Amino acid sequence: MPKVRVLVGTHKGAFVMTSDERRKEWKVEGPHFAGWDVYHMNASPVDPDRLYAAQSRGWFGQVVQRSDDGGKTWQPMGNEFKYEGKVNTHKWYDNSDHPYEFLRVWHFEPSLSDPDTVYAGVEDAALFKSTDGAKTWEELPGIRTQESASSWAPGAGGLCLHTIILDPVKKDRMFAAISSAGAFRSEDAGKTWKPITKGLHSEIMPDPDAEVGHCVHRIAMHPSRPNVLFMQKHWDVMRTDNAGDMWHEISGNLPTDFGFVIDVHSHEPDTVYVIPIKSDSDHFVPDGKLRVYRSKTGGNEWEALTKGLPQKDCYVNVLRDAMAVDSLDSCGVYFGTTGGQVYVSADAGDSWSAIVNNLPSVLSVQVQTLS
Amino acid sequence: MPANLRTLAGVGREVELRVDGNVTQRSVLDALEAEYPMLRGTVRDSVTKKRRPLLRFYACEEDHSEDSLDDPLPAEVASGREPYLIVGAIAGG
Repeated sequence: MPKVRVLVGTHKGAFVMTSDERRKEWKVEGPHFAGWDVYHMNASPVDPDRLYAAQSRGWFGQVVQRSDDGGKTWQPMGNEFKYEGKVNTHKWYDNSDHPYEFLRVWHFEPSLSDPDTVYAGVEDAALFKSTDGAKTWEELPGIRTQESASSWAPGAGGLCLHTIILDPVKKDRMFAAISSAGAFRSEDAGKTWKPITKGLHSEIMPDPDAEVGHCVHRIAMHPSRPNVLFMQKHWDVMRTDNAGDMWHEISGNLPTDFGFVIDVHSHEPDTVYVIPIKSDSDHFVPDGKLRVYRSKTGGNEWEALTKGLPQKDCYVNVLRDAMAVDSLDSCGVYFGTTGGQVYVSADAGDSWSAIVNNLPSVLSVQVQTLS
Repeated sequence: MPANLRTLAGVGREVELRVDGNVTQRSVLDALEAEYPMLRGTVRDSVTKKRRPLLRFYACEEDHSEDSLDDPLPAEVASGREPYLIVGAIAGG
């Protein structure tokens, strides 16, 4: 019987939640790494019991944890993230030059073919790779050392590389996104990168159409159609049909197009989910209502999904890595809030229920579909 | 050690370490990380080997955080009569 395993990272530890295909009754285990920030957990698609967790704390830096038994037990792995070669600078908040320095891992993206290979997106913006199951890490410096990198400046969340997408068709193609820098594509397995920002327009920038500086919050792709990407930018929901060569806006009738998460239905490549957030000043949902918006047309036409979600006095946020979908026949959609709720919809968003209500603030949600 | 590090290493409030040669902050921390590799990078930065800013080092009621890591620690610490303390900054409201 198929089941799902939900990996939830919070500001005070990690939780592993399991259920059968009905997704009604849940077993919740945790907190793992109690008291630590867990920015992200992710699983190998070829070995579902191989999990990676990014555990960090301002006092103690970064710890990388690995589980080989689906999250029952964990083992600390290598945590030396050393930038390759001469360390360049980026702009600091006062516009001075500030050396790139490692702060934390924001996102793990395991290889599509090898459980021991995993990519790490980190702050300050860089991409690392391990080929020995996270024992050692080597930077792929091409993204950090491109010409524009000296002009990148951190946003409020830091200069973080938070999105890594591996193309399942073109094996050497990767996509990455960095807050306050933009979106990037590599055609050579991460050696070299180029910005893919044509069509992005950000009024908050001195030059709204500049090649870099766009605050990309999240990018999502359906594996059957890797040339089509959906983006939640700081403001604007965007789409490209040519792997980022040109983007166009698909915000349509959304009540606000600020937000963090975006994801795609596991069986319908044109069904997209976002959670609009009121504004970059007020990081909570509009009108006190927690609403997921779904487009079945690849954007522009959005419907509010509210059944089972609080529709008054709700002022939570949903952060960039905190939405996921499973691949059961009836697609499950999951998201976690800064208020500590993790919601599930077992019917592609039509109705929702809370798996848990009172966790620490949720940083990330990842889901595995297990046979 | 701070509670989060004790949990990470699976130890109690104190650990006993054998240090060969001069007993300095560096040799104590090297011995700690050799005995408990999961602590590498958590007390000192993995790359720069600098003390993490929100941790401080004490011995015999003195703050040694800004001392050279190669200065000898007090004889009481070297002999094991007094502890070498790794203290986390207090967080609260």
